[in-house]
Amino acid sequence: MNFELNKQQEFVVKTIRKFAENEVKPIAAEIDENHRFPHETVEKMGKMGLMGLPVPREYGGAGGDLLSYYLAIEELGKVCATTAVICSAHISLVTWPIFHFGTEQQRRKYIPDMAAGRKLGAFALTEPNAGTDSAKQETKAVLDGDEYVLNGIKTLITNGGPADVFLVFAMTDKSKKNKGISAFIVEREDEGFFIGENQRKMGICASSTVNLTFKNCRIPKDRLVGKEGQGFKIAMQTLDGGRIGIAAQALGIAEGAFEEALTYLKTRKQFGGPLTRMQALTFEMAELKTEIEASRGLIYHAIDLKQRGLPYSEFASMCKLHTAETAMRVTTRCVQFMAGYGFSKDYPVERMMRDAKVTEIYEGTSEVQKLVISSKFI
Amino acid sequence: MAFNIIVCAKQVPDSDLVRIDPKTGSIIRKGVPGVLNADDANALEEALKIKDKHDDVYITVVTMGPPQAEEVLFEAIAKGADEGILINDIALASSDTFVTSTVLKTAIEKWAADNGEISLVFAGREATDGDTAQVGPQLAERLDIPQVTYASSFEISEDMKTVTISRKLEGYHEEVEVNTPCLVTAIKDLNQPRYPHMHNVFAPMKITSWNIEDLGLDADSVGLAGSPSVVISSFPLKKGKGGMFVEGESGAEQAANLLAALKDKRII
Amino acid sequence: MTDKTYRDLWVFAEQNDGVLAPASAQLLGEGTRLVKDMDGDNTLCAVVAGNEEDSRQAAADAIAYGAKKVYVIADENLTNYTTDGYTKAVCAAITEYNPDIVLYGATPQGRDLAPRIAARLGLGLTADCTRLDIKADDYIAYAQAETMLDPSTLDLDDVLLKQTKPSFGGKLMATMVCPKTKPQMATVRPGVMDSLQKDPAATGEIVAVNAGITAEDIRVTVKGKTVDAADGVALADAEIIVAGGRGLGDASGFELLQKLADKIGGVVATSGAPIDAGWIDESLMIGQTGTIVRPRIYIACGISGSIQHLAGIENSETIIAINTDKDVPIFEIADYCIVGDLYEVVPELIEHWDEYITK
Repeated sequence: MNFELNKQQEFVVKTIRKFAENEVKPIAAEIDENHRFPHETVEKMGKMGLMGLPVPREYGGAGGDLLSYYLAIEELGKVCATTAVICSAHISLVTWPIFHFGTEQQRRKYIPDMAAGRKLGAFALTEPNAGTDSAKQETKAVLDGDEYVLNGIKTLITNGGPADVFLVFAMTDKSKKNKGISAFIVEREDEGFFIGENQRKMGICASSTVNLTFKNCRIPKDRLVGKEGQGFKIAMQTLDGGRIGIAAQALGIAEGAFEEALTYLKTRKQFGGPLTRMQALTFEMAELKTEIEASRGLIYHAIDLKQRGLPYSEFASMCKLHTAETAMRVTTRCVQFMAGYGFSKDYPVERMMRDAKVTEIYEGTSEVQKLVISSKFI
Repeated sequence: MAFNIIVCAKQVPDSDLVRIDPKTGSIIRKGVPGVLNADDANALEEALKIKDKHDDVYITVVTMGPPQAEEVLFEAIAKGADEGILINDIALASSDTFVTSTVLKTAIEKWAADNGEISLVFAGREATDGDTAQVGPQLAERLDIPQVTYASSFEISEDMKTVTISRKLEGYHEEVEVNTPCLVTAIKDLNQPRYPHMHNVFAPMKITSWNIEDLGLDADSVGLAGSPSVVISSFPLKKGKGGMFVEGESGAEQAANLLAALKDKRII
Repeated sequence: MTDKTYRDLWVFAEQNDGVLAPASAQLLGEGTRLVKDMDGDNTLCAVVAGNEEDSRQAAADAIAYGAKKVYVIADENLTNYTTDGYTKAVCAAITEYNPDIVLYGATPQGRDLAPRIAARLGLGLTADCTRLDIKADDYIAYAQAETMLDPSTLDLDDVLLKQTKPSFGGKLMATMVCPKTKPQMATVRPGVMDSLQKDPAATGEIVAVNAGITAEDIRVTVKGKTVDAADGVALADAEIIVAGGRGLGDASGFELLQKLADKIGGVVATSGAPIDAGWIDESLMIGQTGTIVRPRIYIACGISGSIQHLAGIENSETIIAINTDKDVPIFEIADYCIVGDLYEVVPELIEHWDEYITK
């Protein structure tokens, strides 16, 4: 067992940290305040190959290892949770399933552009009446000649506003419930496909979250990913990987808040000395630090299993559950440590606290993670 | 024949994090990461820009330093350089700028003997740890090629034979023209260094390590033994504890006392 | 070392269109002091390169500032400064007359030229010195008064030029000597040494040196010069910053700060409070949420020093703070603290600044 990072991994951390400090952090508060999608950051991430970090080289990716990829998400998450999720959703939820389940033709058509960041991906599963209970999917896809015709509405779709490539789940056979779901690639320009207005949120405000509407949206039948009826399996396997990404994001949020609070406590002087002199505070910081490191251990475990091709959905759920709750606790306490300053928008911890909340919600709520975990032992 | 560019790079302690041990007066390097010297990043970027625009450009980055200085070669290749050479030998410790330029010259000539003529050499104007700005000009002299220091803009002709450079001097810019091969020292204004590309990070890298024997140099001719300049002491200045309160009964008196103190300390 | 005799202290007299550079005048001032400390019989000399007219004028200037002898390399090929031409010129003079010490201003020209000469002649060279000593006692007195160095650990002599320079951006000083090669050479930071009063009546000897410079020697062609427009400096790069805080009382306070900034070559900035009050534009904010700065001189006027603000200025070389309240946090990190009314102090600084600056 060895937790030491190799040369490439260390370099990725160093590089993304510098990128995050110089390019992402300076605009994090502004894009949050204005609910503005950071197109410029996505372009920069594309230019440095970050949007295709774990994608094989023959498809235009960097061919990096999974840990390097998740370390990059963590570093982005330290300064801006929004930027982390844009990257994570693009890679884990769209690029990965198209690569993994798609045909060679689909891979060649979409992956190089996505790996270079020229095209952004969005994952469309959730519906107004079908969240975790995906068998309730109301979006339908009907084969008509050489085309599928899609009708329905998707909601709360991350990256939806600016995305070019959408992985959309729809019922091809309602009677088969989950086994009647299929996955399709929908392109931004497809006729009958409408992207809604940005939905306003409590946190990750700069990430685009939209409704998608399909009104007799006709797509060529070769946009089907996998076979008819494999959509649920594709979605679940995709979310397993995505959950590690969200855990890495949450880990970054927790670490970012911890660092902010620590710097503050070291410099803020009250009652004749820095606040770090107060053991009540430093002991609690010690607990938070321990939670952070415990989360990292779970994440590394999940990555190790996935990398070695072993079943990992249980550990994916555990690392997401634990890290999301850690992020929530750490950010909440850091706001408290910094008191008035913590609550103020002049410091980033209040944003981090708002951002942390979504990690307990998206890509499966904490309750869903508990369902997954408990299903393994009951 | 390829257009061969040499970029001289140095790993320096991250100057934002460097602290001085108040007792020994030495630099506390523990926990301070080494980084690519700032001006050298501009030097590398200019070479990469030429490679972006022209075919058949080959960039070799040369650094002299301890084994961990390989990190700057890794970074340079991650940004797009083709090859890195680390000159590492314990005998090189305490080399002054004269010896450093001799060693770099020897390495560059060795590379050229194996691979072909050098068309351009880029270096940073100065390193943040020594602040000497001497190695660039000294290397140019040792290679017997013209030098252009303080480059704030750089343009190479289509036939790659002539270079037009703007030099940022005090209060004015000087435009100069020079034929290749030549050595150019870069300053911050020259360009905005790019980030490494992940594609390069995970590709095989060509990094070679040479010691003084590989270069055919004598231990006596390098390091402390071979250097004309010798450091006899290194120390921090005294720092007053807290601030000095400037005395004075009136604003005028305080202002006069402040100005006198600033002048005395040569701050103004 | 050869058996040649090396004597005299030379200053490379940098000239621009015949006008002696201030850094060279300062070196002549310092040289006047140092030459007396040298072993044996030594003369303070200057070495000038340029075309006929420029070099003659600069030689006269050098004499007026203290040089007793000037070596002049006059050649039309030296009309513009070029590394190639000037290196050949100065090397010719050095190898012919064997000075013991040669000093250059650490100006862009001096820092371009001196290393090239050092490499050609195989000499040591110390860059950007801020202090020069020959006598061990002078060096020891300096070390004891101003540094953390214990000079008793050193083996010092009264012969070699002890060249002290900052490194790591001034966090550390280093002293170097060149015991093996002659001449001993250094570049010296402009503005640190004092020049003598210019004496137009002073006399000195002129020695013409023929370096045999040809047009082919000069490989870099100077095409032209553009004087920089005096537009605003970015905060992050500013050398001198004058910042105001809540203590200004109202927006007009920044007009006073602007006058100070204009006088001393600085730029105006602000802490957070004046922005909240709407006195000044947000882009000028210094601090954690604004710009992090690292000027040589930071003057904080009516700023109490929130953590947020202090985080943005802690890398300043010298911090001067003016505040009416002696207990404000900024005084804990300032180098010079003035408890007083900025509206009384700042106008005095503006009025008297010029009397104190080192010429």
